[in-house]
Amino acid sequence: MSAMLETSGLTMRFGGVVAVDRVDVKIHEGELRCLIGPNGAGKSTFFKCLTGQYKPTSGTVHLREHDVTGWDSFAIARLGVGIKTQVPSVFDGLTVRDSVLIAARRRYGAILARKRTDEVLGRIGIEDIAGKPVGLLSHGSRQLVELATVVASEPDLIILDEPTAGMTAEETARTAALIRQLNERHAIVVVEHDMQFIRSIAKTVTVFHQGRVLIEDKVDVVLNDPVVRDVYLGKEPIRAAVGRVAA
Amino acid sequence: MNAALKTTWGPIALAALAALAVCWFLPATLELFALINATVFVSMAILALSLALVWGYGGILCFGQAAFFGLGGYTYAVAAINFGDTTGAVPLAILVPAGFALLLGYFLFYGRISDVYLGVITLTVTLILFKFINSTASDIWTIGTAPLGGFNGIPMTPPLNFPGDMTAMLMPDQIFVLAVIGLFLCYAIAKLILASHFGRVVVAVKENELRAELLGYDVRLYKLIIFTVGGAMAGLAGMFFANCVFVSPTMFSLSYSGQIIIWVIVGGLGTLVGPVIGCILLQMLTNWAGTLEVIDPNLVLGAILVIAVLLLPKGLLPTITGLIRRGDRS
Ligand SMILES: Nc1ncnc2c1ncn2[C@@H]1O[C@H](COP(=O)(O)OP(=O)(O)O)[C@@H](O)[C@H]1O
Ligand SMILES: [Mg+2]
Repeated sequence: MSAMLETSGLTMRFGGVVAVDRVDVKIHEGELRCLIGPNGAGKSTFFKCLTGQYKPTSGTVHLREHDVTGWDSFAIARLGVGIKTQVPSVFDGLTVRDSVLIAARRRYGAILARKRTDEVLGRIGIEDIAGKPVGLLSHGSRQLVELATVVASEPDLIILDEPTAGMTAEETARTAALIRQLNERHAIVVVEHDMQFIRSIAKTVTVFHQGRVLIEDKVDVVLNDPVVRDVYLGKEPIRAAVGRVAA
Repeated sequence: MNAALKTTWGPIALAALAALAVCWFLPATLELFALINATVFVSMAILALSLALVWGYGGILCFGQAAFFGLGGYTYAVAAINFGDTTGAVPLAILVPAGFALLLGYFLFYGRISDVYLGVITLTVTLILFKFINSTASDIWTIGTAPLGGFNGIPMTPPLNFPGDMTAMLMPDQIFVLAVIGLFLCYAIAKLILASHFGRVVVAVKENELRAELLGYDVRLYKLIIFTVGGAMAGLAGMFFANCVFVSPTMFSLSYSGQIIIWVIVGGLGTLVGPVIGCILLQMLTNWAGTLEVIDPNLVLGAILVIAVLLLPKGLLPTITGLIRRGDRS
């Protein structure tokens, strides 16, 4: 298997804060990867570096045969990377349908895009709110609308930053099923906190901690790792855990 | 198809009817002075429409729309004096401001200048042009045979002639009709742009620039194009203005730049017709206030802005259509 996305030594500094610290990660074609780690571990910043929202301080990002380090977001998106951001990024003033249509229209002509829009609205299960302005929807629905816009643009790699935040248990289960289904056609990287959710979808899990990759392995190995449990589930104060990791 | 009829072709047809009615009645009923004044209003309405498009739909708060207006006027005057014939001066009066908008926009958008600085820079550019044109009184500031005239402007700005026939000057009523046609065309073009995929992306960019970018749209290009279209329309407005009055540095003044923004706010940001109505109503009002000679018209304008922002935060047109809709439902 060849790497679809590969970072080497990826680093993002904000003044004295090293939010992402020499990260080497490989995502393969068609893979489903879970990314976990406590708040502030640098997951969102890592994604922003991948999608051109931040220009990394050092290190590189390769997407297939392209070195996309420092590229503009739209250019990276055009190579087939879609992202659902942690804070939902949607078109509040547009209807759900128009939002999805804008996304689909980037890939297709007018008629095909409309067909694709209906298909995606159905797949995500939001046909019933298609005519509503996005700004009036609940947080959970906005998450789904954003997911629909990302899916409609048919990226080869879909990045999902905490997609189930604000969702009901039922919505979360549906989203998990949806992610498995999407994985048939797209590589996916997803950040989640819900262990149930991670167990139900993950194969390989990467754990971020303080900007670094703490461990990367099969889901059972990672979730049973004592260091991960300490750091992630907060069984002991983070500072103590850090001391142990460093030691 | 039905939706396109309702949101695009229907309003365009209505606007065409309104334009016809205005062209039919006003020249027949108004006296010469009033008709020339009405032409000034129409040219201002085109200017208001240009900002309604750029700001209301493109989300670009340009404090320098008057710069394109002034450039349009001066380009027309200088070209018409040099050519002797206005046929070529008209397209130039659109192309030069559009080209200037393209250049300025390129630096603003491709330089990823933030919204606040965009406002400051567009305002500054307008002030620089104002200062510059004000200081062109000496004879060395002559382009071909046209002296720029400094603060006096160019009083000998020639009126339009029939295309290709420089001896056949248009009468004020004909210029009025042309201005109304110009306003209608700008409106129709704006409507068609907004109904196109390009226009939808422009609105999407206004709604959420990051999302548009993450979906693969180069937002800089969309902003640049809509900004340039706005510059072209403002140039056309300046050309008509030059035909009724004559060009002078006030076209670039801060007071114009401010007024345009007030028209858009009072009429309703995010609509096209609202700012046009707001522009015409406010001009009638300030004109009338000016004749009273007891109160500064600018003060009246300022007071109206404050009242409008407090009482009708959405603007005139959205408030009225909202009321009508509520009435329909009950
Ligand atoms: N724009 C920024 N400026 C300064 N610090 C930032 C910025 N973005 C993130 N950080 C810092 O980087 C670290 C990682 O944040 P983030 O990537 O949001 O973590 P996560 O998504 O894993 O919760 C945090 O310490 C955060 O405060
Ligand atoms: Mg985060």
